[in-house]
Amino acid sequence: MSNASALRWLHNVYRLGVKEMVSLARDPVLLGLMIFSFTFSIYSVAHGVRTEVKNAAIAVVDGDGSQLSRRIIEALQPPYFLKPQLIDRSEVDAGLDRGQFTFALDMPPGMEADLSAGREPKIGLAVDATAMTQAGVGTNYVTSIVDREIMAFLGQSGTASLVPAEVVIRTYFNPNLDSSWFMSVMQVVENVTILSIILVGAAVIRERERGTIEHLLVMPVSASEIAVAKIWANGLIILIAVALSLHYVVQWLLGVPIAGSVPLFLGTAAIYLFATTAMGVLLATVANSMPQFAMMAIPCFVLMNLLSGATTPLESMPEFFQVVMKALPSTHFVAASQAVLYRGAGADIIWPQMLLMGAQGSLFLALALRRFKAMLARQT
Amino acid sequence: MNGNLPEPAVRLRGVQHRNNRHFALQDIALEIPVGGTAAIIGPDGVGKSTLLSLIAGTRRIQQGDVHVLGGDMRRRRHRNAIAERIAYMPQGLGKNLYPTLTVAENIDFFAGLFGVHGAAAKARRDRLLVATGLDPFPDRPAGKLSGGMKQKLGLCCALIHDPDLLILDEPTTGVDPLSRRQFWHLIDEIRAERPGLTLITATAYMEEAARFAHLIAIDAGRLLAAGPTPQVLEEAGAATLEEAFVTLRHRAGLSKAAPVADEVALPPRPHHDGPPAIEAEELTCRFGDFVAVDRVSFRIETGEIFGFLGSNGCGKTTTMKMLTGLLPASSGSASLLGQPVAAQDRQSRLNIGYMSQSFSLYEELSVRANLDLHARLYQVPRIELAARIADSIKRFDLEAIAGRLPRDLSLGQRQRLQLAAACLHKPRILILDEPTSGVDPEARDAFWHQIGHLARNEGVTIFVSTHFMNEAARCDRISFMHRGRTLAVGEPPALAAQYGDGDLETAFVKLIEADEGVAVRAAVPAPTMVTEAAAHPSMAALRRILVFAKREALELRRDTVRLAFALLAPLFLMVCFGFGMSFDVEDLRYAVLDRDRSLESRSLMEGFGGSPYFTETLPIADFNDLDQRLRSGDVQVAIEVPPDFGRDLMQGRRPQIGVFLDGSFPFRGETARGYVQGIALKQAMERARQTIGKFPDPAPYELVPRFRYNQDFKSVVAMVPGVMMLLLVLIPAMLTALGVVREKELGTIANLYASPAGIGEYLIGKQLPYIGVGCIAFLLMTLLAIPVFGIYPKGSLLALAVAVPLYQIATTGFGLLISAFCSSQVAAIFAAAILSIIPAVNFSGLMYPTATLEGAAKWIGLGFPASWYQTVSLGVFTKGLGFAAFTKEYLALAAFGIAFLVLARLCVSKQER
Repeated sequence: MSNASALRWLHNVYRLGVKEMVSLARDPVLLGLMIFSFTFSIYSVAHGVRTEVKNAAIAVVDGDGSQLSRRIIEALQPPYFLKPQLIDRSEVDAGLDRGQFTFALDMPPGMEADLSAGREPKIGLAVDATAMTQAGVGTNYVTSIVDREIMAFLGQSGTASLVPAEVVIRTYFNPNLDSSWFMSVMQVVENVTILSIILVGAAVIRERERGTIEHLLVMPVSASEIAVAKIWANGLIILIAVALSLHYVVQWLLGVPIAGSVPLFLGTAAIYLFATTAMGVLLATVANSMPQFAMMAIPCFVLMNLLSGATTPLESMPEFFQVVMKALPSTHFVAASQAVLYRGAGADIIWPQMLLMGAQGSLFLALALRRFKAMLARQT
Repeated sequence: MNGNLPEPAVRLRGVQHRNNRHFALQDIALEIPVGGTAAIIGPDGVGKSTLLSLIAGTRRIQQGDVHVLGGDMRRRRHRNAIAERIAYMPQGLGKNLYPTLTVAENIDFFAGLFGVHGAAAKARRDRLLVATGLDPFPDRPAGKLSGGMKQKLGLCCALIHDPDLLILDEPTTGVDPLSRRQFWHLIDEIRAERPGLTLITATAYMEEAARFAHLIAIDAGRLLAAGPTPQVLEEAGAATLEEAFVTLRHRAGLSKAAPVADEVALPPRPHHDGPPAIEAEELTCRFGDFVAVDRVSFRIETGEIFGFLGSNGCGKTTTMKMLTGLLPASSGSASLLGQPVAAQDRQSRLNIGYMSQSFSLYEELSVRANLDLHARLYQVPRIELAARIADSIKRFDLEAIAGRLPRDLSLGQRQRLQLAAACLHKPRILILDEPTSGVDPEARDAFWHQIGHLARNEGVTIFVSTHFMNEAARCDRISFMHRGRTLAVGEPPALAAQYGDGDLETAFVKLIEADEGVAVRAAVPAPTMVTEAAAHPSMAALRRILVFAKREALELRRDTVRLAFALLAPLFLMVCFGFGMSFDVEDLRYAVLDRDRSLESRSLMEGFGGSPYFTETLPIADFNDLDQRLRSGDVQVAIEVPPDFGRDLMQGRRPQIGVFLDGSFPFRGETARGYVQGIALKQAMERARQTIGKFPDPAPYELVPRFRYNQDFKSVVAMVPGVMMLLLVLIPAMLTALGVVREKELGTIANLYASPAGIGEYLIGKQLPYIGVGCIAFLLMTLLAIPVFGIYPKGSLLALAVAVPLYQIATTGFGLLISAFCSSQVAAIFAAAILSIIPAVNFSGLMYPTATLEGAAKWIGLGFPASWYQTVSLGVFTKGLGFAAFTKEYLALAAFGIAFLVLARLCVSKQER
C-alpha cells in the first residue's frame, strides 16, 4: 500500500467513524440503555449479590429453649446471617421447599441438659443444596459457630486447638473476600461483551438492510474501511463508558480498591473491544437479517459471559471446556482484568492474553472481510 | 352545508399539520363526493402524503376537521368503525409488504386483516393477480420482486377487501407503462362494479391526473385549487393540466422559474472517437435457475445519454449492479472507460456516480451532512468542498431542507438528494437507477436539464433507467428490455416510428406484447362476492389475532436459521452450562515454599497432595516467587512451611504454617479456605493418633448436615433447572424484541394503522407463535436433560404444564414491551439482552439464593418473572414438589404477562404523529 492510499484509508476510516458516532447520538433510548448498563446495573449487581456467606437466610427450631440454644441463636449474626427465623419443626420442609431459607438448624429438647450429662445430643442441620454458592461454605460457618458455642459452654477449647501446628490463613488481594469487588468489575466485563457484539453487528446489518453499505461499496470505499470505522467508533465509545464506570461506579460509589494500573486495564479492554467488535462484524456478515443476527448473537455473548471465569471459576470446568473457551477472547480478558485489577499484575504478566486477544480479533476481522462481498451478493 | 346534497365522502375544513416544526399543511378545505374521483397533484414534499394519511386516519389530526364516510376522524370509535371500508396504499416501493412472505401470502394476510376469508378471498386474490400480471409468481417472496412489481403487489393488497374509499399514494411510481395501463384498467373495472367507490390518488403523472373528475392542487402545504377538473382548467386558462399547474403556482407566487417549454431540444451530440465509455458483452446474471439478465450487450459512447427502459422485473437494476461491480456477472463481461469492471480499483470508482433505486443514504444524517460525507469519501479537494456542496444544494433545490433528516422528507426530495450526492464528485459516468421515480414534473424537468448539461458540456456519459416516455425521448439512444433480454436498441424517434406509429409508449407496449405473445389481458369476470354474515365483533377480533399470528409464524418458518437457533441454541447452551458452570471447586493449584525440608513438613504436604481438591505445582523458591506466582494467577494457594517446623512440631511448640490464598475470586477463596481448614484438622487427628496412639475425644455432640434435594452436592443438579429458566427468558425476549420496532423501521407498521385491527390484537398475534416456540424449546431441553444429566422433573408435571406457558407469555410480553418502547432495532436487541440476562443470572436464584439479595437487587428480582419461575423449576426438578405448592407463582407469572402486554399496548399508538 502506498503512502497516499494508506492516508486515504485512514481518512475514510476516520470519516465513517465520525458518521457512526453521529448515528449513535441520534438514538436516545440506546444511549440511555448504555448509561443504565454501566451505572445502575453494575451497582445493583455488586451491591445486591453476595457469593460470600453474607445475609444467609437461616431458620432455627429451638426445641431446647435453654441458655445455650439462645446463645447459639445469638451467635448466628449479621453480616453472615440474616436474623434467624424462629420456626416450628413442622415448617422446616415447606420453608426449604419455597426457598425462604437455605439453612434450618434444629436444636432438640434437652440439648443443654444432654450435653452437660455427656449424652451426645443430636443436632440437626438441613441445607438446601440447590443454593450452590452458599450451601457448602455456609454449612462450615454454621457448624463452626455451633461448635464454638458448645465448647465455650462446656469450658473446653475448640477442636481447632487440637491441631499441633497453627494454620494462619492470609487472603491476598481481597482480604475480606468481599464479593462486591469481584461482581462489580466482572459485571462491567460482561456488559462490555454484550454491548460490543450487539452494537457493531447490528450497525452493520442496519446499513445492509437500508442499502447504505451497498452504496458505499460503489464509492471509492473498501469493505475494510467500513468495518474498521465501525470497530473504532463503537469501541471507543464503549471504552469511554468503561473508564467512567470503573472510576465513578466501581471505585468511587462502591469503594472497590483497584490494585493495578487502570491505564493498563483500559489498554487491555481496548484490545478486547477490537476482538469482540470484529466478532460482531463477522456475525453480521453471516446473519441474513436483524432478527437472525439477534438469535446468533445470544449463544456468543451468553457463553462468553458465563463460561469465561467471570461467574464460576474456570478451573472447575471440565478440561474440554477450558480448552474450547480459550478460543474465545473473553476468557483471556477475564483472566487479564482479574490479574490487573485485583492482583496488581503488570504488562509483563498479562502480555500473552493481550497477544492472544489481538490475534483472535484479527482473525475475526479477516474472516468478516472475506465474507463482506458474499453477504451483499446474497442479499439481492 | 346544503341539506339537499348527500354528505360528501370526504370533507376537510381548516386542516393544519406540522411535522417537526415545519408546516406540512395549512388551511386545507376540500370536499369529495361519494363515488367521486380526485387526483392530488403538486411538487414533492408539499404535504400530499400527509393529507392522504389524515384522510385515511393513520395520522393524528392536529388542527381542523376531517370528516370521512360520515363521521369525525378525530373519534377513535368512528375510525375503527370505518377502517374496513377504507383501503390505503402508502407511498414507497412496497414498503408495507413482508419481504419473506410470498406474493400470495402477503395478499392473504391483508385479506384476513380486513375480514375477507375463504373462497371469497381466494377468488379476489386470483383476479387481482391476473389483472396486475403477477399471476405467474404467486409463490415468489415479495422481497425478491422488482420495485415495480412490489408496487403492484401493494395495490393487490389494498384492493383485496371491498373498500368504499380507496386512497392511493403515488401508486404507479416506478411502474412500467404497460403495467400502468393495466393498473388503471383494473381500477376502472372496479369502479364500474362499485359505483359508490370514492377514489383519491396522489400522482406525479399529469396524464393520469387528467382522468380524474376532481383535481386538488397543493403546493407548499397550501391549496392552489380544488374542484372539478374542467373548472380548474378553465380558471387557470390552460389547456393541459401541466400548464394549469404551472400557472397556478405562478399566481400563488410559488414558482421560482418561469413556465418552461415541455421539450427542450438538446444540442446535437458531438462525435467522440475512442473507446466506448460503457461496454457490455453478453452480460448474464443467474440466481439459481432464474436468469435475471440474459446475454445483454451494448456500447455507450462518451457523452451519450443512454436510456434503459423495460417492464418491471426485467433486469434493469441487476444490469446496473453488475456494471458497478456490486454483483458479479455469471458470464459475459462489462467494462467502464476501457477497464473491465472486475479489475476496478479505488481510483476508477472515482469516475463513477451511482444512484440506486431505493434510498441508500444515511437517514440519521442531515441532507447537508450526507453531502459532506459523500464529498469527503469521494476525495473532493478540501478547498473546493464548501463551494461544491453549496453549489449542489442550489442546483438540486435542496436549500429549504438542507438541515433536515431524510426520514422527514418526501420520496421526491429524497431522490433529489440522492442525485445530488451522485453528481457531487463530477464523475465521468453516471449510472442512475430510476432517478426520477416519485419526483414531480417540474423537478424532473430541471433534472433533465442537468443531465443534458452534464452530457453535452462536460462530456459525462449517462446510463439511466426510467419509466417516463417523455424522459426516454430525451435520450440519445434507448434500449427496451423485457425478461432479461434486450428487445430493441436505437434512437427514440426511430424506435417510435418502427414499432409504435410514431409514439414511443405504443412502441414499448407493442414490443412487450409481441414478446409475451398475448394481447392485453382480457378482463377477468368479477367473482361473485359471497356476502358473509357480519361476524360478531369479538369473533372478528379473534380471527384477526390469528391472522397476525399466522403471518408471524410464516415469517419465522421462512427464516430457518432463526427458527433453528431459537430451538437448538437452548439445547446447546444447556449442555454447555450444565457441564461448564460449576461451583464444585476442584483442582485448585497450590505450591509449597518449604523452608524446613524435614520429614514432618513432607508428611504435612501429603495431606494436600492426597486431596482431590488440590493439584500441586512446582515448589516456590522464595517469598518473591510466592508473590509473583499468586499475582499471575499461576497458583491459587501458596503454603509456607517455616524453618525448623519439624523440630518445633516434635517439641509441641505449635509452629505456624502460613497459607496464602488468592482472594480475587471470592467464592473460590472462601471454598479454598474451608478446604485448607478441613485438611489441617484431618492432619491433626492423624498426628494425634500417631503420637498419643488414639483419636482425640470426639465432639461431645453429633451434628451431621443433611444436604437436601442434592445429596451429592453437585452443581449440575441445581444448574440445569436454573439454566432452563435463563434461556426461557432470554430467547423469547430476543425473539419478540424486534417485533414492533422492526415494523416501525421497515414501514410495515402502516398496515396496522390502516387496518380495523386493535393494537392488542396485533400484539397478542405477534406473541402467540413465540409462546409456542418457547414451550417446544422447554420440552426439548427437558427431554435432553434426562439422558445427558440424569435430571428429570421429580415433582408435578402439571405444575410445569401451567407454569411454562405462563412464563413464556410473560417473557414474550417482556420482549414486546421493549420492542414497543425502543426507537431502533439496535436499541431493542441490546435492551432485551441486558434487561433479561442481568436479572435472570443475578437476581433470580440461578446462582445466588434470592433470600439473600439486598436492596434494589431484591426488588428487581421480585419484579421480574424469572425469579418466580425459578421457584417452580427448582421445586419440580430437584425438590419434587406438587402442583399446589406454587399457587402464588402461577398468579405472579400471569400478572406479569398481563402487565407487560398492557404496558406494551400503551407504548404503541395506532396513528402516526
